[in-house]
Amino acid sequence: MQTLGTRPTTAGRAGLAGAPREPLPELPAVEAATGAELAELYRLMTAVRQLDVAAISWQRQGILPAYAPELGQEAAQVGSALALDPARDFAFPTYRELGVARAFGVDMVEYMSTHKATWHGGLWDAAATHLAPIQAVVAGSVLHAVGWAHGQTLEARSAANGPANSAAGSADGLPVAITYLGDGASSQGDVHEAMNFAAVFKAPVVFFVQNNGWAISVPTEKQVAGGSVAARGAGYGIPAVQVDGNDAAAVLEATRRAVAHARAGHGPAIVEAMTYRRGPHATSDDPGRYRSLDEEREDAGADPIARLRERILAEGVATEAALAEADAAAAAEAEALRLGVIALGPRPGAEMFDLVFQEPTDELKRQKAAWREESEHE
Amino acid sequence: MSETLTVSNNGVAPGASATLELSLQGALNLALDELLAEDPKALVLGEDVGTLGGVFRVTSGLAAKHGAERVFDTPLAESGILGMSIGLAMAGFHPVPEVQFDGFAYPAVNQIVCQLARMNYRSRGAVPMPVTLRVPSFGGIRAPEHHGESLEALFAHVPGLKVVSPADPQQGYSLLKAAVRMPDPVIFMEPKSRYWQKGLVVTEAAANLGTADDGGDAPSSAEITGAGLTDAGLTGARIARPGRHLTLVAWGAMVARCLQVAELAAEDGIDVEVLDLRWLKPIDADALATSVGKTRRAVVVHEAPRTSGLGAEVAQIITERCFGTLKAPVERVTGFDVPYPSGDLEDEYIPNIDRILFGIQRVLEYKRG
Repeated sequence: MQTLGTRPTTAGRAGLAGAPREPLPELPAVEAATGAELAELYRLMTAVRQLDVAAISWQRQGILPAYAPELGQEAAQVGSALALDPARDFAFPTYRELGVARAFGVDMVEYMSTHKATWHGGLWDAAATHLAPIQAVVAGSVLHAVGWAHGQTLEARSAANGPANSAAGSADGLPVAITYLGDGASSQGDVHEAMNFAAVFKAPVVFFVQNNGWAISVPTEKQVAGGSVAARGAGYGIPAVQVDGNDAAAVLEATRRAVAHARAGHGPAIVEAMTYRRGPHATSDDPGRYRSLDEEREDAGADPIARLRERILAEGVATEAALAEADAAAAAEAEALRLGVIALGPRPGAEMFDLVFQEPTDELKRQKAAWREESEHE
Repeated sequence: MSETLTVSNNGVAPGASATLELSLQGALNLALDELLAEDPKALVLGEDVGTLGGVFRVTSGLAAKHGAERVFDTPLAESGILGMSIGLAMAGFHPVPEVQFDGFAYPAVNQIVCQLARMNYRSRGAVPMPVTLRVPSFGGIRAPEHHGESLEALFAHVPGLKVVSPADPQQGYSLLKAAVRMPDPVIFMEPKSRYWQKGLVVTEAAANLGTADDGGDAPSSAEITGAGLTDAGLTGARIARPGRHLTLVAWGAMVARCLQVAELAAEDGIDVEVLDLRWLKPIDADALATSVGKTRRAVVVHEAPRTSGLGAEVAQIITERCFGTLKAPVERVTGFDVPYPSGDLEDEYIPNIDRILFGIQRVLEYKRG
């Protein structure tokens, strides 16, 4: 940053204009992905690919009213999610995080229920799975991750101050929140507020940006001033790393570094995974109106699953036969999911009323009674 | 509450077992103090709520007493304050965020309406939102733009929110405690023009001493009920002044004004009942029906603009429940459909005594055509 004129009189107070800035902390180094982890990445990514591709056909067949495919983002989603511990960490997804949900062990029928228009947030138990319910306001849940993360800091300090638990919360580090957002979401003011709050409170949160090149029809260059969301980290004093989002092992490593930083109590980190949305924004979208097939082929680069497959075979981590077995298991999983999604029926209408509050109001009970009387059909 | 009650702390630490004379600001401060003491998961956050104690000093001294980690200043960003509160609630805390002035709730509307109000529903009850948002509300202090707004209809319209407004120190103390203990989101609208008005407050500790209908220091059972310290008293409206001829329905700062109007009307032989609605969502329809069923006439008074204001909802509830016995259509005395004006004009905007008396007159003189 260039400083002009006389130094402000407040110079010398940390962080003020003109004062020397602390260099950004380095994210800690971590072990590279092991052969077993590469195989696990492949197993999950091929499953996610097959479920995702199948979901598009289910939409065409009328099984799902709509779907937002994640085609091409399998490495970014699975690679980042595997860096976390779903038993203690918490993920805040967008509506395009099938790969994260699958890696977190969320029941896939319950996940698909949001796309089947069964229940907006999805049917899975967010408290038990540590995957927040889906919400549709882009960047709407980024601040929630910061709040949840600060809660972990408060819990750890409270445990440390307690008489009998002086070591609690420190030995294994802090539970970490990860919030998923895209290049489009980075334009929302809530992302600025979230990064600023996170840095001020040193919250253990990882901002995982999937820069997939497109926000529906608007390309990144018309969306992200400066060209990089990660570059914004410097302004907040948040260490950030940009990673090839189609290299699953690199994503896993980058996210692990960010998680290790947050877990150790050093505050937030940003990972920007450069990837490509190979499919439409959603099944109702028509990418031909804003990009050509030639452009797609050129910009998308190599398929992340093909890349991982090539590396696994080259390094002798697994055999062709083992990978084919994983592909076959994925196909069977997709077929089982198809049957599960077809079998998934509508929720009872009474839930409209019963789930608004923990303690429903009398007025809501009256409306429910009237609905039962006048509208309920068996 | 009986006029005979006096401050009687008898050397006991204030709040421990006393009936106290407090301002609304002091009563809210005491409630927060007791809530932080009883609930280790309770947190207070917002702009200037920590070191400064809030611009209205409602959180004064709380950070020093309960720790800077439980009562803390945030950056100046309302969406951030609400979004962070939602995340803290997801982590098992009971946040009590403050937005500094009503008009600054607008930058947080996405987080309040799309997120806070929906999280319990969206998550099918797995992620409750025990968050009480304190909002210094309404006009009457000649403040700059956006420092005097009446947002109750906006919030009451949103499924998933509960809305409440206290009228005096006792109600402030009792209702804030009730709101924070609820497992659902509550918008708590504090009438900022009444912050410094004093009144007697029966604390929970005093109520828990048991009743003393024999004339002892402890409050009587009637006083405890009137103070809103019983379960029944916490969820509904209350009669602020009984009367026979007409019901004035009000909330927040308008309750005190309606009590003044009732005294003036009494000089003309008109016996006005003042119903303090307290809860603006849910509205206590039974209390409205009981009161207006008796008086057969009603005027609803609010500071907010008239069109689609909460007065319309109140009037419709009364019409549904009391149509057969009403002597006149329910009258509304409200602010106007204009942006909240500058201080020089706010007395023209907020329902004043004359306008409320005219409203009463129109109802009393109504003749079926």
